[in-house]
Amino acid sequence: MTEPALDTRAAPRRRVSVVGVLGEVLITAGVLVLLFLGWQQWLNDIIVGDQLHGQSVHQSATWNKAEGPAKPTDPAAPPVMSATIANAQRFALLIVPRFGADYYRPIAQGIGVADVLNKGELGHYPTTQMPGAVGNFAIASHRKAYGGNLEHINDLKVGDHIFVETPDGWYQYSFRNLQYVKPTGIGVLDPVPEQAGVQPSDRMITLTSCNPFFSTAERIIAYGSFDKFFPRGDGPPAEIAATVNGKA
Amino acid sequence: MYAALWRVLPGPWWIRLIIVLVLLAAVLTALVLWVFPWVDQFVAPTDSTVGPGQ
Repeated sequence: MTEPALDTRAAPRRRVSVVGVLGEVLITAGVLVLLFLGWQQWLNDIIVGDQLHGQSVHQSATWNKAEGPAKPTDPAAPPVMSATIANAQRFALLIVPRFGADYYRPIAQGIGVADVLNKGELGHYPTTQMPGAVGNFAIASHRKAYGGNLEHINDLKVGDHIFVETPDGWYQYSFRNLQYVKPTGIGVLDPVPEQAGVQPSDRMITLTSCNPFFSTAERIIAYGSFDKFFPRGDGPPAEIAATVNGKA
Repeated sequence: MYAALWRVLPGPWWIRLIIVLVLLAAVLTALVLWVFPWVDQFVAPTDSTVGPGQ
């Protein structure tokens, strides 16, 4: 910007008025805010989602290399990770075909906003069980922004498969139902959801996110029940092979 | 402000237009790569977890 006095001499036809400059500054600020929202709510989800997909494919390949020959396992009674996972450490991957063929996202321990959720990871409630364990494997993620991992949680149809991948292999869950609760509705994390103190016999998965869009008024909950286990040595299930191999 | 920018740019109108578009692209790139991620940390996060203290 030139000084008004200089500018008047350089171009006597046009005077730069204070109001005019102020108006342009305000319009520019408004455009910047809109651009930021577009970036945060839409563009960055695509960028982050693509990065997470790439990282997940790489992680899976790393686990493949570490895998020995296939161990005999009972598909109905899968192995459960016994190692203690440090907070914010990635230990599993989530694949949901309903969310798109390139949906492949990391799951980390803990539900810290800054160290897990805002990195675009899904966070495992550390008080809940591990994948494949009898009880409830509960994970949380943002609905929009920071990767928007659970943006389409309300699109799940009964029977949709939800896969959790660990170094051992793939746990297949089937989506059962949605539930809407208050943010204090911690009953959804119970080993038998909403049945405090009841001894579990099933293997459940619980996804939590915020509802409605752009709000924190409620939480949307998706439940799934365990179907079967695919050991890593036998390769990924056909339904998600393209996703896992990075061909999607 | 923008009129002044247009006047100080050299060349015929189409050269100026190209310069403006290049400047605009540079500004947008800087916003997406550095400014927006930096601003993002100050924007109140939306909670997606359930817990007793919320």
